[in-house]
Amino acid sequence: MSPGEVREAPRGHRQALWDEPLLFEYKDEGEGFRFPDERIEPDLVPANLRRDAVAIPNLTKLQMMRHYVRLSQKNFGVDSGVYLLGSCTMKYNPKLNEELAVHPAASDMHPYLSEDACQGSLEVLYRLQEALKKVSGMDAVSLQPAAGAQGEYTGVLIARKYHETRGDERDEIILPDSAHGTNFSSAAMAGFKVIEIPSTKEGTVDVDALKQALGPRTAAFMITNPSTLGIFEDKILEVAKAVHAAGALLYYDGANLNAIMGITSPGAMGFDIVHINTHKTLSTPHGGGGPGAGPVGVKAHLKDFLPVPMIVKRGETYHLDYDLAHTIGKVRGFYGNFGILLRAYAYILANGGDGLTRISKMAVLNSNYMKEKLKGTFELPGKPLRKHEFVLSARKLRDEKGIRALDIAKRLLDYGYHAPTIYFPHIVEEAIMIEPTEAETKDDLDRVIETLKTIAAEDPELVRTAPHNTAVARVDEVGAARTPILRWSPAAQVETVFPRRGGPKDGPPAPR
Amino acid sequence: MPSAKVEEQLLKEIGLKDVEELFTDVPRSVRADLDLAPSMSEMEVKATVEGILGKNRHFGSCPSFLGAGIYPHYVPSEVKFVLWRNEFLTSYTPYQPEVSQGFLQAMFEYQSMICELYSMDVANISMYDGVSACGEAALMAARSSDGDTYLVPKNLSWEKKSTIENYLKGTGIRVEEYAYDGKTGQADLADLERKMTSKVTGVFMENPNFFGCFESKADTVKPIVSAKNPDALFVVGANPMSLGIAKGPGAYGADVVVGEGQVFGQGMNFGGPVLGILAATGELARRMPGRIVGETKDATGQRAFCLTLQTREQHIRREKATSNICTNEGMNALAAASYLAVVGGNGLRKVSEINASRAKRLSKAIGAIPGFKAPLFKGHHFNEFVVQSKASVAKVQRLLLERGLHGGLDLSKRFPELGNASLWAVTEMHAEATLETLVSTLKEVRA
Repeated sequence: MSPGEVREAPRGHRQALWDEPLLFEYKDEGEGFRFPDERIEPDLVPANLRRDAVAIPNLTKLQMMRHYVRLSQKNFGVDSGVYLLGSCTMKYNPKLNEELAVHPAASDMHPYLSEDACQGSLEVLYRLQEALKKVSGMDAVSLQPAAGAQGEYTGVLIARKYHETRGDERDEIILPDSAHGTNFSSAAMAGFKVIEIPSTKEGTVDVDALKQALGPRTAAFMITNPSTLGIFEDKILEVAKAVHAAGALLYYDGANLNAIMGITSPGAMGFDIVHINTHKTLSTPHGGGGPGAGPVGVKAHLKDFLPVPMIVKRGETYHLDYDLAHTIGKVRGFYGNFGILLRAYAYILANGGDGLTRISKMAVLNSNYMKEKLKGTFELPGKPLRKHEFVLSARKLRDEKGIRALDIAKRLLDYGYHAPTIYFPHIVEEAIMIEPTEAETKDDLDRVIETLKTIAAEDPELVRTAPHNTAVARVDEVGAARTPILRWSPAAQVETVFPRRGGPKDGPPAPR
Repeated sequence: MPSAKVEEQLLKEIGLKDVEELFTDVPRSVRADLDLAPSMSEMEVKATVEGILGKNRHFGSCPSFLGAGIYPHYVPSEVKFVLWRNEFLTSYTPYQPEVSQGFLQAMFEYQSMICELYSMDVANISMYDGVSACGEAALMAARSSDGDTYLVPKNLSWEKKSTIENYLKGTGIRVEEYAYDGKTGQADLADLERKMTSKVTGVFMENPNFFGCFESKADTVKPIVSAKNPDALFVVGANPMSLGIAKGPGAYGADVVVGEGQVFGQGMNFGGPVLGILAATGELARRMPGRIVGETKDATGQRAFCLTLQTREQHIRREKATSNICTNEGMNALAAASYLAVVGGNGLRKVSEINASRAKRLSKAIGAIPGFKAPLFKGHHFNEFVVQSKASVAKVQRLLLERGLHGGLDLSKRFPELGNASLWAVTEMHAEATLETLVSTLKEVRA
């Protein structure tokens, strides 16, 4: 099969079906990029370390460009269609922010420039710190962490050092069973024992179980509010009081902040530490997995524990402050993901306090609208009132028709929608977690609702074998883990021929 | 966002009058307004942000000779166009492989190219940055054998050292330094051998090291490590751009390699986002942090790709995961992959040679100026070298800034034993005229 040859497309396909070979399978027909001619000195490397060859193919620019454009056409982003991924909050990324991030005065800046040469970058970071203090209701914010999970780790290290400094031996962190997986691993990485408590039937924190678990060993209780079920913890003040009375800290997982901006804040709810996942709330793109940013906010008593440097303003100029009494030090190089933080700052500027509040309201309205329309088709465990996301259960469909949450997710791909999050949180059987975000129109929400209802009524066999209309059919993930092929190598060239897929299948008609 | 009219329709259809009815579960006592400036038009945002950024002196207006992990390199235009493909940029972690084949294949290719460069069997699809990758590698060592110590070179950036310490916080393992040779700037292997005991879980070495020197005896380290603790890991950090001319660390016994991939097709971004590279030998694959893409088949037998070995990860293993990393630096990995695809093996070799050649010439030229010693450490350098001056580094910096140039990184506080020392980097991005101005300006410096 030669590059670019087209397979016969099944009816109703949703993605380009290029049989795009690996870069390494192209014939080496280019010459390599042309750098300016320059004298090359002899003897550049110690003889025992000298490299003979670099086995990376030399493509022409046209070959290279076609390769990546074809690959992009086999990839689904928010700009391709509705992205229902609950808990991951995939909303529209304003394009101006992309332009600003590649402005030479943003991207061509070395982090070790003297302070007077980078006043602009420092000012952006300072202004963002100040804005995030207000969004989170905290007294100080560090922009260092590169992602939510790193923010969590930073927060947990702060909690650890705080207790150590006070001479407290606290080695346990309490988590509800509905928590994000990163909470558990961040706590464990920092050397804490994880104590899991159950949620109530309504999907909120079991306050009695929490009170029983709290004790002199408790360093912190970590939760997100709204919870991963999209339910607001209405007993949050009681929770805060109990945690503080036990001498522990209350940690806010900022994954679900998109639902409460301008309504309440972690600070107002009594939290001591918070991290914010910028892509979820402040619309920084997620780029197939990153980069992200995970700013950490703390109340005044924890300010001196933040990683260094902090950005400070003295008079009219901005500075890097390394002088924090109890700083935990560094969790990564330099000052965080500036390019992402700049996008977040532009987003806050564009929306302002009024806009961010409206975003929360619309995100919650869209979510409740979809939930109301779908709760007859699927089960809705827990309290009825939801925030920015809701979790349905496909248990009934599984029992009656043999269709699982996974099948429904895959079938949605056929209709041109990204699947929701499934099997999370673990406390819901056959969980389907939907987050429409504030960015979608009613028209699109209605189409998705109709599609989900259609799928629930479809021939189970058609659903179980989905997807049919994507670049590849259902992928064998179990096989991938059983015999891992993790890199191309000339020796282990297993399969370079693309078997043709069959002719037209019984795909659904295009919904538009 | 949809209009107020749509809001009304949505409310009406679910039998509500006001969106506030959806927030009745938020107690009054925790309600809080958001005291931020009102919203702005796109045009105003652009003008405001560009106005602030205008206070910066970027590389184009004030070329710097700073390196120390982040370097100015040319980004071919093709790379920028790949990164701006919305299908990549606005996608999430490829949990649904059927609609994510593009990104998955690009990452499989990235892994393959990183493995080729570093001579390794398996690479993940990125860490936050080269610095946090050092921390994760130290954690891999902690899991590989019992012990209480992790050895790092004394000439390591303090940011890396602090990060490694923080990543090891939960293990109780302490970080200890081994010395460098004051003449060569390279690792003092006798000191390393003294400190290497059965309780050492791993040894970290950089090649080229923080002073820009190639470690000419790097191929003798693995036996030193294994002799005392056969399960200890030899972890090597290497600037991947140097691997156009230097051997991959796997070829001289590294178990794990890390690097900062910012040099491949990306801006300096004021230190982030950048790209953490981590790769390892095959036997360590299941102990690695981060996401890994594997090749497999779809239901029709066609080649396909998906995330694999996910049982290592936090969303499945929770507190038993190999790492808490979830979001990584996918777009930066895509930048690196598309950079390598456009420069090719030939181009990489060439740019690698240009960098090393320039450092050789520039260090010689600076060394010939009275009052300067460069390169302070003899031997082979990649694109960076230490300069020692009679005048204080601050004084040299001030004079250069007046001429629109930014000098190297001041080392005098972190490495007082080197006197008035600074670390200078030069790449293919420095114009010939810039280098001439630099040399002529340095000639004016009086101690």
